[in-house]
Amino acid sequence: MRTAPALSGAIAALSGAAALALVGPQPGPALVLAAVCVVGGFHALAALAEGDGRAAEVLTPALFAGLLLMAWELGTRGFEVPPILLPPPSAIGSAFWDTLDDLSLDVQYTVLYAAIPGFLTGTGLGLVAAVAADRSPFLARGLMPLSSFASVIPIIGVAPVMIMWFGLGWQSKAAVVVLVTFFPAFVNMLAGLGQASAIERDLMASYAATDWQTMRKLRLPAALPFLFAAFKINASLALIAAIVAEFFATPVHGIGFRISAEIGRLALDRVWAAIAVAALVGSLSYALLALAEASATFWHPSQLSGRKRP
Amino acid sequence: MRMTSWLRRALPVAAILCSVLAVWSVAATFANPWPDPWWNDRPLVPSPPQVAIATWNGVFGWPVDSPRSLVYHAAVTIEAALAGFALAAVLGTALAAAIVHSRLLDRGLLPWVVVSQSVPVLATAPMIVVVLGNLGLSGLLPKAVISASLAFFPVTIGMCKGLRSAQSAQMELLRTYNASVSQVFFKLRWPASIPYLFPALKVALALAITGAIVGELPTGAQAGLGARLLIASYNGLMLLMWATLVVASGTAGLAVGALALVERGFARFLRA
Repeated sequence: MRTAPALSGAIAALSGAAALALVGPQPGPALVLAAVCVVGGFHALAALAEGDGRAAEVLTPALFAGLLLMAWELGTRGFEVPPILLPPPSAIGSAFWDTLDDLSLDVQYTVLYAAIPGFLTGTGLGLVAAVAADRSPFLARGLMPLSSFASVIPIIGVAPVMIMWFGLGWQSKAAVVVLVTFFPAFVNMLAGLGQASAIERDLMASYAATDWQTMRKLRLPAALPFLFAAFKINASLALIAAIVAEFFATPVHGIGFRISAEIGRLALDRVWAAIAVAALVGSLSYALLALAEASATFWHPSQLSGRKRP
Repeated sequence: MRMTSWLRRALPVAAILCSVLAVWSVAATFANPWPDPWWNDRPLVPSPPQVAIATWNGVFGWPVDSPRSLVYHAAVTIEAALAGFALAAVLGTALAAAIVHSRLLDRGLLPWVVVSQSVPVLATAPMIVVVLGNLGLSGLLPKAVISASLAFFPVTIGMCKGLRSAQSAQMELLRTYNASVSQVFFKLRWPASIPYLFPALKVALALAITGAIVGELPTGAQAGLGARLLIASYNGLMLLMWATLVVASGTAGLAVGALALVERGFARFLRA
């Protein structure tokens, strides 16, 4: 009911602030007006957030982020924050366009060469180990305490060792990613394989199903939600591990290299642009995995909509 | 009976560790130049006894305040990690409390907090060090900020769930008592969230330690496990690398283990 006016109010405030920020070159009445618009925008958004329905659910976070960016822009410009501390989003945006060629090479290097092969190898090995541990309880009892220990230690620290072993190139980064992604895949897959209940397994046994058939028709589908949880965890871990491994030593490409190199030149806008690219890649991979999950595990309670939070 | 169940748990772990040790020994035998592949000065794959001796010397071979002692560096790192962890626990809980009470933050901010889990926050570490350095802040604080920025998200997400975990019948009961918002928070929401608090804190502590180590990588930090790793990396000192890694893992394991003990004690206290 109140959704429409609140929504139009928030959008109007956001666009007004944006227009004023574009016009107002330096601290002055235009910036003050724009700041008033931002505050008004948040106020209108609060009313929008109270409403129900799809529009409120989708648009509130989007407008919230837009207003936050405007507040950042106005704050850094209005208080004349030196760009060496915090550049305004507009400067980051233009740095992004300026260095687009470099950044796309960096993404190629970090994501295509280091993160994705490492992710596939590490996750694959973890899944294989989980299937083996599922067959042999002895192996499972041996590996579980080790993987809970592995989850608390800073595995990324092996990066210098991998650089000594596999050289400065992407191979050493991929090796770090393999080590980092192995244990989450193992733990989640093992838990997932335990999901099929005894009754369901008995049913398969009464059908005289072979082990492989039970696996394919019952236990793998039941394990899918856990598998996707592992994929999501590992996707972000792989990106982080590849970037941090590049902080140690790397040839002249990669997101981690770009960040540490531009830091050395104090070009903070370019650093932020590189971080924005990394964030974009991370969110994109997460979104793709979430989409795949929604289509693969549509039957799972967590995917059914219409739940209400208390 | 007790003994055998203990053995049943320990034996598989020991078997796995022994096979790792065996593979490692074979690798050390064939990867390093002969003769004496196990006792090279600059080994490619340091042998198990070499790593053990290097770790022993790093931990016990020097006085604790010597810059060559790994205990000293571990203390520097864990200090920053704990400061960041404390900051993250307080701020993360506060943000979760705000999100639970504000529809605007719940709808507008929480989705971004969830998305930020897939963003490599650790990539900002060098920038935080440099920016805070420009403000004249160096040493512990930048590392604590990095640790906090990593450890903060799991606490927020866990506590959002925890603060909402009170059953609706209980919430309605408090409403019939005409309880104020703060009364509902401290008498119902907060106690109900404790089971969610500790798992989130454990994840946060592990992340905080990783964050402190990575925070020591850029801009020539002098002390800390991360600085030690970087020096070892630049100079190709394989033994120092491994000893530092062993100490880092041991420190992280001890810290999270201590937190698990606190959790157990707390649970006993609540039940009593």
